[in-house]
Amino acid sequence: MASKLILKRIQFSLLPRHIKQLSTVSTEPQFLGIQSKFTNELKFTNDQSYEPIPIYRILQPPGQTKDENHLLDNETLRKMYFNMVTIGIMDKILYESQRQGRISFYMTNSGEEAVQTGSAAALTLRDVVYAQYREAGVLLYRGFKISEFINQCYGNYLDKGKGKQMPVHYGSKELNFVTISSPLTTQLPQAVGAAYALKRSKGEACVICYFGDGAASEGDAHAALNFAATLDCPIIFFCRNNGYAISTPTSEQYKGDGIAAKGPAYGINTLRVDGNDVLAVHRATQYAREFCINESKPVLIEAMTYRIGHHSTSDDSTAYRSVDEIAKWNEFAPTIKFRHYLENLGIWNEAEEANLIKSKREETLSVFTEAEKKPKPSWKELFTDVYHEMPSHIKEQMESLESHLKEYGQHYPLGSFKEMK
Amino acid sequence: MILSKLCARLRITATPFIPPCLELEKNVTRNMHFTYVPDKELQTNVETKRLNMYQAINDALRLAMEKDSTAVIFGEDVAFGGVFRCTMELQKKFGADRVFNTPLCEQGIAGFGIGLANQGATAIAEIQFADYIFPAFDQLVNEAAKVRYRSGGTFDCGKLTVRAPSGAVGHGALYHSQSPEAYFAHTPGLKVVVPRGPRQAKGLLLSCIEEPDPCIVFEPKVLYRSAVENVPLNFYKTPIGKAEILREGKDVTLIGWGTQVHVLQEVADMAQEKLGVSCEVIDLVSILPWDISTVCQSVRKTGRVIISHEAPMTCGFGSEIAASIQERCFLHLEAPVGRVTGWDTPFPHVFEPFYIPNKWRCFSSVKKIVNF
Repeated sequence: MASKLILKRIQFSLLPRHIKQLSTVSTEPQFLGIQSKFTNELKFTNDQSYEPIPIYRILQPPGQTKDENHLLDNETLRKMYFNMVTIGIMDKILYESQRQGRISFYMTNSGEEAVQTGSAAALTLRDVVYAQYREAGVLLYRGFKISEFINQCYGNYLDKGKGKQMPVHYGSKELNFVTISSPLTTQLPQAVGAAYALKRSKGEACVICYFGDGAASEGDAHAALNFAATLDCPIIFFCRNNGYAISTPTSEQYKGDGIAAKGPAYGINTLRVDGNDVLAVHRATQYAREFCINESKPVLIEAMTYRIGHHSTSDDSTAYRSVDEIAKWNEFAPTIKFRHYLENLGIWNEAEEANLIKSKREETLSVFTEAEKKPKPSWKELFTDVYHEMPSHIKEQMESLESHLKEYGQHYPLGSFKEMK
Repeated sequence: MILSKLCARLRITATPFIPPCLELEKNVTRNMHFTYVPDKELQTNVETKRLNMYQAINDALRLAMEKDSTAVIFGEDVAFGGVFRCTMELQKKFGADRVFNTPLCEQGIAGFGIGLANQGATAIAEIQFADYIFPAFDQLVNEAAKVRYRSGGTFDCGKLTVRAPSGAVGHGALYHSQSPEAYFAHTPGLKVVVPRGPRQAKGLLLSCIEEPDPCIVFEPKVLYRSAVENVPLNFYKTPIGKAEILREGKDVTLIGWGTQVHVLQEVADMAQEKLGVSCEVIDLVSILPWDISTVCQSVRKTGRVIISHEAPMTCGFGSEIAASIQERCFLHLEAPVGRVTGWDTPFPHVFEPFYIPNKWRCFSSVKKIVNF
């Protein structure tokens, strides 16, 4: 951009002239902005120059986990497991209901329950969450009720979002979970700004910001990582690398060592974890959180996982990946892995499993039936919350629709909407 | 020339679109396409000071920062005072955690500001030129504008204000001259204002900073130094959404905003002098929401109207005003609604004198419309 180039030129001309010479005659480089050394060897730096970042894990193949350091109590472990199972049950029912045309859209979480639950369990409610859309388990762990999920998907009058967004675009002020929006990655620089505000208010809290491997390709990801590092923001960037962005495999998304390798390039402390290992995710997030808050600096976590379900209800993933591949990952599903661990500890058994599934299924179905019966908000809500106060031009448009409905109301689904004075 | 001014000149003159310093102001003004008309003197006891527009903006920012400890100012090169000097001395006064440079990335600046505002902090972001606001378009249009609506009012980013220098400057060419207000006027959820001088710039900026909705202020950069007037030193606000009638008239209504308001005031003089035509000049001030009632009231009185802006004609904000006027004032119109705007081309370098809707083009339009 011209103005910026001009400005650079001015700054350069103001620099002492000797700096350029220094950089060629001294033994140590004097260039601004890097700390490095000279070399006589002409050689590319590339992915062969260093080892890929290893994947941290705790849960070994069934029965072999030796986790002396992991100090989670039985109650927390069980709560985590409940969460993982519940999200799966809710997914199943809502997915089917979309298939029957009862809700317009849905996105499941299968395969990523450990990513969501493990990270959520390591946070407090003071920590602010910015999510993409496949993080329902985080919200559930923080206390969002099944009825709240379903009311949002139906857009009935109990939905806090007043039926304005597509299903699965959840949000909760009380649970510090910022409302989801469809544009990918926009939440990343926003989360950095929120983290900066947290740092200034000196609350003992951080921001966690979830995004997928595909979203990491957006310009906003670059913006966010760079801003977080240069402005020292207490934020955990949490990437769910599940192998696909809709139909696009990661091989067509990036050529480097995944998303994690980008972290150090921005000066960000980075971890890569087994996203199907709920304990590893938990520990990594806990470690990151402490670091963020104590040091007021960002952390990047890349959780390796696999998207077992379709991208969404508008997608049939067998069009671009094999049924065998999906089946293989299903075998190592994070919920199954964690269940083995709990059974080995002796804090879970077959009977409890059956009871949990039965009760959560019944609860979800009854909530679902209730939500379906509830009317949608008044049509007037279409016009509210555009601004803090409704400006006169919007008021006029609302009145215009009102008088239109007086005459043509029979052509509109007014019966399924609430009355408002 | 005193030393400090010389230094300032050395640092700044390489940026060719800034009039070098106040001493040269008159020479520069002669080459400009408008003559700045200061606001009427205030009849109050409030203490005032002669300030140019960047100084008035600087004063507003200082007052906002003093009043609200959550307020932060950020953008490219704001720490040393800004390439247009609007943030001079603020980092020294308020500290590096409240006035700071960001990496060079507009989408990051806008997104970062939304996040701050989500947390209830007052975020005052600067985009170095309005021409470079487009990388932030997604953040502003899809995000900032819709946070409140999509969350049913549970979240908002009302405390976000984005400032961006805009408009023609004599030689800014394609990317230092644009007036992108119409792009944003099509975005429910945003508020967009354009000041015409120092006093209004200060009041509008303070309003935007305190407004519970995200606001964009497009500051006509040609006025930063060339517009000088007495500015009250206290904290005051100029209402958003209200147009101002700068001079009353009965034959033709002239509507503009920003720098163009000064062109139109001169046109009103010319029309009076050469044609004996009395023009009513309206500064729209606020593009979104805009003051339809003040405009229509004036048009019902005069029966003739010309809208003028620097931005291109097709889908410029003039189109919205023209359509609304014909809808609401049909029986009062004595002539078609006129639009005098930039041409439907990119903003050119050496052809700028032929591109801008200057006083001669506006005057010619007035002549046509009264003879219709």
